[in-house]
Amino acid sequence: MGIPTEHYTRKEKLGGVGCERRRKEDARFIQGKGNYVDDIKLPGMLHGDFVRSPYAHARIKSIDASAALALPGVHAVLTAKDLKPLNLHWMPTLAGDVQAVLADEKVGFQYQEVAFVVADDRYIAADAADMVKVEYEVLPCVSDPHRAMDPDAPEIRPDLAGKMQGAHSARKHHNHIFTWEVGDKAATDLAFSMAEVTVKEKIWYPRNHGSPLETCGAVAAFDKANGELKLWVTSQAPHVVRTVVAQLSGLDEARVHVVAPDVGGGFGVKVGIYPGYVCAIVASISLGRPVKWIEDRVEHLAATAFGRDYHMTGELAADKDGRIKALRVHVLADHGAFDSCADPSKWPAGFFNICTGSYDIKVAYVCVDGVYTNKAPGGVSYRCSFRVTEASYIIERMIDVLAQRLGIDKAEIRLRNFIKPEQFPYMSALGWEYDSGNYAEGLRKVLEACDYAGLRREQAEKRARGYLMGIGLSTFTEIVGAGPTKICDILGVGMFDSCEIRVHPTGSAIARFGTKDQGQSHRTTYAQILATEIGIPSENIMIEEGDTDTAPYGLGTYGSRSTPTAGAAAARAGRKIRAKARKIAAHLLEVSEDDLEWDVDRFVVKGVPDQMKTMKDIAWAAYNNVPPGLEPGLEAVDYYDPPNMTYPSGAYLCVVDIDRYTGEVKVRRFYALDDCGTRINPIIIDGQIHGGLTEAFAVAMGQELPYDKEGNLLGASLLDYFIPTAVETPKYETDFTVTPSPHHPIGAKGVGESPHVGGVSAFSNAVIDAFSHVGVTHIDMPYKSCNVWKMLHALGLDKRE
Amino acid sequence: MNDKQEVTFTVNGEKVSVDVVPRELLVHTLRERLNLTGTHIGCDSSHCGACTVDFNGRSVKACTVLTVQAQDAHIVTVEGLAGPSGLHPVQEGFQQEHGLQCGFCTPGMLMRAYRFLQENPNPTEDQVRTGMAGNLCRCTGYQNIVKAVQYAANKLSARSV
Repeated sequence: MGIPTEHYTRKEKLGGVGCERRRKEDARFIQGKGNYVDDIKLPGMLHGDFVRSPYAHARIKSIDASAALALPGVHAVLTAKDLKPLNLHWMPTLAGDVQAVLADEKVGFQYQEVAFVVADDRYIAADAADMVKVEYEVLPCVSDPHRAMDPDAPEIRPDLAGKMQGAHSARKHHNHIFTWEVGDKAATDLAFSMAEVTVKEKIWYPRNHGSPLETCGAVAAFDKANGELKLWVTSQAPHVVRTVVAQLSGLDEARVHVVAPDVGGGFGVKVGIYPGYVCAIVASISLGRPVKWIEDRVEHLAATAFGRDYHMTGELAADKDGRIKALRVHVLADHGAFDSCADPSKWPAGFFNICTGSYDIKVAYVCVDGVYTNKAPGGVSYRCSFRVTEASYIIERMIDVLAQRLGIDKAEIRLRNFIKPEQFPYMSALGWEYDSGNYAEGLRKVLEACDYAGLRREQAEKRARGYLMGIGLSTFTEIVGAGPTKICDILGVGMFDSCEIRVHPTGSAIARFGTKDQGQSHRTTYAQILATEIGIPSENIMIEEGDTDTAPYGLGTYGSRSTPTAGAAAARAGRKIRAKARKIAAHLLEVSEDDLEWDVDRFVVKGVPDQMKTMKDIAWAAYNNVPPGLEPGLEAVDYYDPPNMTYPSGAYLCVVDIDRYTGEVKVRRFYALDDCGTRINPIIIDGQIHGGLTEAFAVAMGQELPYDKEGNLLGASLLDYFIPTAVETPKYETDFTVTPSPHHPIGAKGVGESPHVGGVSAFSNAVIDAFSHVGVTHIDMPYKSCNVWKMLHALGLDKRE
Repeated sequence: MNDKQEVTFTVNGEKVSVDVVPRELLVHTLRERLNLTGTHIGCDSSHCGACTVDFNGRSVKACTVLTVQAQDAHIVTVEGLAGPSGLHPVQEGFQQEHGLQCGFCTPGMLMRAYRFLQENPNPTEDQVRTGMAGNLCRCTGYQNIVKAVQYAANKLSARSV
């Protein structure tokens, strides 16, 4: 071993796991040198634009494109009729349903894609789209999901007529998609019948939208000479896109080159495959020219991958001391006109069955009914970890409801019900094996940091003076890192992920991954993982993702899966490199491998510190002096199939003050403690937490995609859809505990979605807590001032003395 | 309506002339004719600020300015921020304080910060938040953007002393 200070210096220089490395992505972005899909410009490139339906439910009587086609600069107007001979007028969804690429005789939601216009530039394409005459016969529509399965409800999907077996269950009505049941119903019913106390609440998680700042888009370029297709696409999962495009188009997968260049935010909105991508591809193949399609903000909000829309009924059974005996949840899930939820194939409601949360609930039962309505398709997106936002919300709301009913403090009731550290690995009543956690430690730390007792005293004193102050807690458990291929696949491809490393002769390296960054800082953090594993400074390790020709196959970045899966692959591929390096070092030092020990960036002969070979030495030797029988080079690949999901957790506290005359909610304090296991880069983690909490704030305080009875979307631009500015956004204090995942190679759990998943409940619980003294147990989000004012007014709290 | 018009203006210190139809938006001229793709389009309706450029000494959203309005204008885009001596302090601040993630809002943020700090060289935190309120970010929660602008303010005022 070297002397301690020298050892420390080398470790510092390495820039490995745990250091506050500045981002390697930034240099290009801050100089305007990013390369997003809309920045791509190819010779002869045409532009596509959609004709969209003004009606939610209508029969298409005729489409007349003659005027549009007569406009100079217009090259084609595609309709379902044109796609039909190619069998591309419908496409499979990730959820086992099909979705119309272009409306086939009928539209099922407002803004549905009806025709695709291709023209010389985006102005002409937009003009031509306006000139396509579509004659509609308006049909009665289903806007309210509670009416979807009425006997006389209009049939939304005649294409499924007679198909009484869906992808996930039998169908009991023409607008029924699936019923998904988990848990022990009989035991749960029994526990409820015997319970000392039960509570029940109807809780709606409104329809919202992730709406990254870059909308979705694609550039398709078909090379007729070679029969090859290149597709630049706003995708979080480019490899999956390649496979699906190959299957849909019939092109050999090796002749499909998919590139996800820089992606301007994803949040799950860029997981799916959208009609615009398919139309751009078809147009490029048929016209033999590159075709670009970029949706605008209205199209993005109105037609692409909404989130949530879960109508939930939660019930808890407990004893008088607040110890929970059972949980029962029913969900009516509004999926819109097609079931295009971006879930792993076997999970029609995602991982909603994580809804027992951080609590030791022995018996539980969940039933989800998915229904069609005349609204845009989607449901799974927006930093949700596959419906974990909804799951976390229902349990974090219900435990507050129970606390209020029993008059038990909301922190105390959580402490009474937490799964205890010694219970891990913990098998939940709904089938998940939690890997590790220390929930009480996290909550206690937060309560102390915020002087919770003092806040409660202040609240009591303020209430006496007529002020409304709320304290919200959220002690959530996430489930991320999908996932074990036995239970998790996308269209049949297992949800592993991958890393491929090449160490070059002079001691730098390149590593490629199957994931795809959209702001998560992979270039920075993956290099840190590798630096620690292979002893090459992170500054000398290049990271690449997104090009399916060069990167190893992987399932992409969403569901906080990159660190749990590809991060694990990085560590394991790094260990393969190190194992080979050890053989080379032993050969160079003429000792046995057992005589060597690893020291930061080198192998040292045990007890003889000056007898050593650095990774730089070894890298060079790998290309000219390897031991007999060993192949030259220093490369490794790892495809990592995780043995389990990871279970990050956190304890959040939010304090709000509400103006009783205007309904304005002001967030005074937000304290977020996260436990994501091993922390790779604290700066990046904090950045993820700030961003996720701000999304949670937006969801709780204003985001919704409301529809009227005729299926009209009321507000599909940023004029109506709430995205907070720096002025509204609260300031956050962050904190952490570290409970490593026992099954992940470096103990990391993933963190991207925790703040959104856990944050929504904290904001919501704070607002409702402000009303708890007047008997209010629930108010549906969003807490816009007008909505809060309505509650204040109904309760007479806005009266001036 | 479709007759092209010649428009001459200065971008990042360079004089340019373009022939455009009257309805062409400045953001498209910058991105597609002048290949200055650092300026982004996020919403087409002046809400998000991803297209913010500096236009005759004011922050302007290029998605709602017609190119014909730019006759004789002096425009600075994100590509023109760094000088011969290196990055502009606002660029440095965003990197140092982790003020960006996906990078899509960043050029607009930088251009707004560049002008804002000339309007108010020593802003309080609240003033930064108000001053930057025309630019939306979905990734960062603004906390580090505020720090980045403050970093730049400190650096710029140290420079001017």
